[in-house]
Amino acid sequence: MLLVFLLVLPLLGGVVISVAPRHTLAGWAAVLSNGAVLVLGVLLAVRVVGHPPAHGAWGILRADALSAFMVIVIGVVAVLATWLGIRTLTADQRDARATRGRATGYGVLVQAFIATMLLAVLAANLGVLWVAVEATTIVTTFLVGHRRTKGALEASWKYLVICSVGIALAFLGTVLVYLAALHAGGHSAHALDWTSLMANAHRMDPSVLRIAFALLVLGYGTKVGLAPMHSWLPDAHSQAPAPVSALMSGVLLAVAFSAILRFKSVVDLAIGPAFPRTLLVIVGLLSLAVAASLLIAQRDYKRMLAYSSIEHMGLIALGAAAGIRLAIAAVLLQILGHGLTKTVLFLTSGEILAAEGTSQIDGVRSLLARRPMLGGIFGFGLVALLGLPPFSLFSSELLMTRAEFQVGLGWVAAMAVGLMVVIFVAVVGHARHMLLGASSTEQAAAAPPRSVTAPLVGGLVVCAFIGVVAWPLDGLLQAAARVVAP
Amino acid sequence: MTFDSALTLAAGTVVVSAVVVLWLTSVHAVIRVVAIQGFALGAVALILGLRHHDVGLVATAVVVVLLKGVAIPFLLGRTGDEGRPQRESRPLVNVPASLVAAAVLIIVAFLTTRSLGRFVGTGAGALVPVGVATLLIGFFVLITRRLLVFQIVGLLMVDNGIALVAFLSTAGVPFLIELGVSLDVLLGIMVLMVLTRRLRSEFGHVDLDELRELRD
Repeated sequence: MLLVFLLVLPLLGGVVISVAPRHTLAGWAAVLSNGAVLVLGVLLAVRVVGHPPAHGAWGILRADALSAFMVIVIGVVAVLATWLGIRTLTADQRDARATRGRATGYGVLVQAFIATMLLAVLAANLGVLWVAVEATTIVTTFLVGHRRTKGALEASWKYLVICSVGIALAFLGTVLVYLAALHAGGHSAHALDWTSLMANAHRMDPSVLRIAFALLVLGYGTKVGLAPMHSWLPDAHSQAPAPVSALMSGVLLAVAFSAILRFKSVVDLAIGPAFPRTLLVIVGLLSLAVAASLLIAQRDYKRMLAYSSIEHMGLIALGAAAGIRLAIAAVLLQILGHGLTKTVLFLTSGEILAAEGTSQIDGVRSLLARRPMLGGIFGFGLVALLGLPPFSLFSSELLMTRAEFQVGLGWVAAMAVGLMVVIFVAVVGHARHMLLGASSTEQAAAAPPRSVTAPLVGGLVVCAFIGVVAWPLDGLLQAAARVVAP
Repeated sequence: MTFDSALTLAAGTVVVSAVVVLWLTSVHAVIRVVAIQGFALGAVALILGLRHHDVGLVATAVVVVLLKGVAIPFLLGRTGDEGRPQRESRPLVNVPASLVAAAVLIIVAFLTTRSLGRFVGTGAGALVPVGVATLLIGFFVLITRRLLVFQIVGLLMVDNGIALVAFLSTAGVPFLIELGVSLDVLLGIMVLMVLTRRLRSEFGHVDLDELRELRD
């Protein structure tokens, strides 16, 4: 019942948006419904940690500690993104080209997007998981093209075509897993249920599972933004409205990655960790290398954030490659920390874009002097993103590296750290230019209202808080890691 | 006609229509061929469903025919009425070379997935490479054709190839999931067509060459 309610909540918010007379009202309805998702996520976590998984909707939905954790991440990012999204809605109202219907459509699609992500993490059946992930692509396409400029339409076209191809490969992988499960004696209606896959894993055919997992990593990896199928990501993230970029980068990538985690634990049981590990190490290092090489000479700060997402997804893939419980707990902490900081950064970049009128790094100078509040948030966000203490990305990256050394992936960890140093230098260089730098106009500009800065500062404070004291997440992280690394 | 020869005929029609798409440049003709492919795919599901007495698979066959044989080709045809060029005039790879490539792709499909067919162990399983060949040719269309509508056709062929593999190897995924998958495919293609129309209304005629604005 709780699970069904979780799915209905964002849709309910969508209904309110579509009938609300004023955009501000509609915006707050969205924030409220997503806040309720967050609260239910916490309740769900309390309900499933140390207890058997919850079920709902005639067995279609199932929630274990991992699902509960992902629901919490979705809830946190959704609250932040829709809170700042109120400004997108009201800005649309002022834009002469935008009709009322377009702003409403935006609000409703964002809610549908959140609902499909929740379905993806709550699906009991890995086929349903596929349907949900594909649905996230479809509902976000119009959101990416929301501004209707040539660039935005181009980005949404590429996004849909590339992700459809990727997700089609993931479907082929899912079909092959189904084939292996049927041959291992699974009952056809339930053969793709995650619990039954885990139970039958040791009887499945290794060679079929190997092909299947390669297709799944390539396919879901497309949505995660892992190289070599990452090319849609910088375009889509830089063209979409800031709250949509935040939702996509902050959680959508992680939701797609949780699909890989689920399949990986089945394959681990069936053929041992060596093959999945090799694959994930390759795509992880490749993603880091792509991100590093394109960050060095990056000219657009929204694209800079997008490539940083590719970097973090690469790190997460390496952590998952290590695969032990410590590594998975660190991966999940990294997902939460990255979700928080990247959301704050994309939302801040949206405010900077609105205030400065350009997304070029060259066009923004001495932000700290002219707009101390926005510049400060952006600066602290980058500090968090680069993995410096006290923010939680510091501890999760440290833990992932330690886990990689523990399982004999020391050389991988060393290469990753080397690439991270390159990225660190590149991003610091760009940030110095934007935040300090000499400017022709030194006078201070109007500060953004507190309704904008409060959620952004709040997001960073939470990220620092969980970086310093792991409580109250520790138990949940351990339980969630135990789900996929038994 | 036995079940096996009917099945071979239907699966063969799927891959042959994929090759024919490579041979044609007229948008209207291609849409008609895609519809034939949809019907052939539905026939594969129907034949397997009748043989295994599987109601879910027969229902899937009906959904496939309605969706991929009728609805999607109809929708694709409707976007063509607004002064758009009706031909792919300059594909990246010309027609004769495309046909040679198709032959190579079919051989690759058979060489790489024969063992998978043996694993399935049924007569239908031996046809799995046909599905993979369709998928590869779909990719080829996606990469080498410039008209946006051909990209949609390429995606559709990739999808049909995967569906064919699913029918032949596992007698189809459970009906509920199949419904979800079909809905996603339909919505995805509708979104692509809306995007095509938007691009055209805001910027005039567009093909893939003009989608080159975003880069590093």
